[in-house]
Amino acid sequence: MYFSRLKAAAILGVCLLGLLVSLPNLFPAPASWMPWRTVHLGLDLKGGSYLLMEVDMKAVIKERLDSLVDAARQALRPGAIFYQILEAQLDQNRIVLRLRDPAKTDAAMTALAPLVQREGPNNAPDLDIVSSPDGTITMTLSPVALHARASAAVQQSIEIVRRRIDETGVVDPQITQQGDSRIVVQLPGIEDPNRIKQLLGKTAHMTFRLVDETANANAGTPPPPGVEFLPMQEGGAKIAVRKRVDVDGADLTDARAGTNGQTGEWVVNFKFNSNGGRRFADITRANVNHRFAIVLDDNVISAPSIREPITGGSGQISGGFTANSANDLAVLLRAGALPAPLTVVEERTIGPELGADSIRAGAISLLAGFLFVIAFMAFFYGLFGWFANLCLIVNLILMLAMMSLLEATLTLPGMAGILLTLGMAVDANILINERIREEQRRGRPPLAALEHGFQRAYATIFDSNAATFLSHVMLFVFGSGPVKGFAVTITIGIATSMFTAWMLTRLLVSQWYVSVRPKLLPV
Amino acid sequence: MFIRPRMRLAPDNTNFKFMNGRIAGLVVSAILSTASVILFFTPGLNLGIDFSGGIVMEVRTEGPADFQKIRGALVDGHIPDQGVQRFGDESTVLIRLPTQPTEAGTQVAVSKVRAALEGSIQGAKIVRVDAVGASVSSELFRNGLLALGISLLMILAYIWFRFEWQFAVGAVVTLILDVTKTIGFLALTRIEFDLVMVAAILTILGYSTNDKVVVYDRVRENLRKYKVMPLRDLIDLSINETLNRTLGTSMTVFLASLPLAIFGGASISGFAWVMLFGIVVGTSSSIFIAAPILLFLGEKRLRRDTVAVEAPEPGAARQP
Repeated sequence: MYFSRLKAAAILGVCLLGLLVSLPNLFPAPASWMPWRTVHLGLDLKGGSYLLMEVDMKAVIKERLDSLVDAARQALRPGAIFYQILEAQLDQNRIVLRLRDPAKTDAAMTALAPLVQREGPNNAPDLDIVSSPDGTITMTLSPVALHARASAAVQQSIEIVRRRIDETGVVDPQITQQGDSRIVVQLPGIEDPNRIKQLLGKTAHMTFRLVDETANANAGTPPPPGVEFLPMQEGGAKIAVRKRVDVDGADLTDARAGTNGQTGEWVVNFKFNSNGGRRFADITRANVNHRFAIVLDDNVISAPSIREPITGGSGQISGGFTANSANDLAVLLRAGALPAPLTVVEERTIGPELGADSIRAGAISLLAGFLFVIAFMAFFYGLFGWFANLCLIVNLILMLAMMSLLEATLTLPGMAGILLTLGMAVDANILINERIREEQRRGRPPLAALEHGFQRAYATIFDSNAATFLSHVMLFVFGSGPVKGFAVTITIGIATSMFTAWMLTRLLVSQWYVSVRPKLLPV
Repeated sequence: MFIRPRMRLAPDNTNFKFMNGRIAGLVVSAILSTASVILFFTPGLNLGIDFSGGIVMEVRTEGPADFQKIRGALVDGHIPDQGVQRFGDESTVLIRLPTQPTEAGTQVAVSKVRAALEGSIQGAKIVRVDAVGASVSSELFRNGLLALGISLLMILAYIWFRFEWQFAVGAVVTLILDVTKTIGFLALTRIEFDLVMVAAILTILGYSTNDKVVVYDRVRENLRKYKVMPLRDLIDLSINETLNRTLGTSMTVFLASLPLAIFGGASISGFAWVMLFGIVVGTSSSIFIAAPILLFLGEKRLRRDTVAVEAPEPGAARQP
């Protein structure tokens, strides 16, 4: 039961440090340079919106296969290698090519070889090209390449999502990846996430292409090669647009909503970077009096006629906008296009008043539970119960400190976790007290009873807590959202209660023993 | 109150013959668990949105909610299959919609309800929206089961490693019986089974394990101390010796959870009631299930094994 001064000081030091670290939770930061770590309130307590979004990986793969088909077509043209079939097979992640003349297989293989790119840390080829004697060539995307592409798509989506959300002025949004293809978006204080869902629901891939004025889009005939029929955003009438992209939205540097000085109509003004500006100038110069289409996600926003070459690198889109829709389009264009569509697969939105109610209910329960436990311990264990109660308070402070250091999130289930920890934490003290009592009743003198009591109880405390600890680590790994918060508080609570029971209680009891030297322990 | 304990939960030196009731304990437990399994199939669990998928919206109205009007507004908004029920106080209403065919359909349905309510009912406020798509709900369910299964395996492995296999098997069989009873309780009370309930069950697992380990720990200690005492008497002795602790800890955890059940609000009180049930089940199963199983499994083997391997501690040798 002897504690060296150093050890006693260390134990008290930990408690004081815990108090210090948990203090920032009570006050706002006095200065921005001070480290001010606090426990965060979960969305279920402060109100806000949680969106789980899935990146459409099929679309990512489809785009890659489509561009491969294009590249293959281009690669085969110079050698005059003709084919019967050239198609993408999406479910197999490959494209299939059948040559008209099987004798040209080798030539085709040589022509296609440059399509293979090397990716990843091992420089693994991203394509597996196999030929068979009948002139069939398959090009399969390797799993490594698929994985690399998928994670790149998610990373890029996160970036774009962040930019779009930042434009809306949401304070403190959190955007993180979950699993291979999902993105978690947490929006504190947002009661109605509709606008944000709309902003995130568009890929917003904008292209500038020429209109094919010879084809009739509404005659019911299939489009000629290299042309597609796209609906107008207004009215939905189809218009024939060339597939070839002349200028891509990625070349935009800025887009702002504004009104047209003459008509007073809402428009979006945009600026190209130098590359885009040059290409736009070339296209408009070569096609004066023809129409070009501004296409956003397979919808034609507008298809104006080119009256004169546009060389200034900037332009204006008009298409029956309202103030809101012009502004939204400007936001989307500024933030850039998503690599693939996003769908919301889970939404949880909680209003601030419900959150406040939960905080109140949690606080009342915590206080009541705390008082119950304290009264119980005092009643059934007397002085040693008060030692336990003091440890319980320190335990709460240490838990708060740990959670602040980790900047953990406190959720409603997390508050339930704290309550349960309160109940479980005194278990260690109950074990110790019962054991000391038992040892004393077997005739051991006080000091020996204390010594043995702590020693024996410790093995039990360790074994019984280790099992609980393990099962909550599992909950943390497999749980999600608020449940994770529950697992975090309980695991932290177990760790801190082991410290207070084993170190602090023993220190308190030993100090008391030294100063009182009782003949009989009041257990 | 401040120095001496006022009271003991159980007197010292109790000498209950718990193992006399071992058959009765196991039979009662078997009946309850069988009934729970039946309840699990009919009527089954009241699956919450986390696992069933779909949409739940909590709406607050000014003054008592007018259900007729809310249903009318939803019907006018062309929202089929909706369920409207009271939730907590009388001005709070829960609207449920089943899983929509597509993820996009779910989002559309949420906006439709929002528009229908906020347009036609004065002062109605949507304070909570939970929309879970079909793919996510099945994943959450799988992860929940996985967490449960892996937890059980880890507890099995840990107790095996620290004790003997008879202890580990006894504990895990008891835990499985505890879990089935909790599920029966959920099916009977129609408390919604969601992710938070998985957390509750895992907490009960943790608490129950904790309780069993304490009794087992004493059995292990007494096995070293009393070399000729029959296992049956030894287990009885161990339970009696730890009785005050068992009751004390279950009381504190019970007392800590009780306010949550009463004041915790509609969304968390279900969790607390399940916890309270689990504490009672977990505590009694340590005595009436885990210990008898240990007795059956260990009657012949445990004595010889342990004594031969481990030398008695010097402290224990001096005991009467």
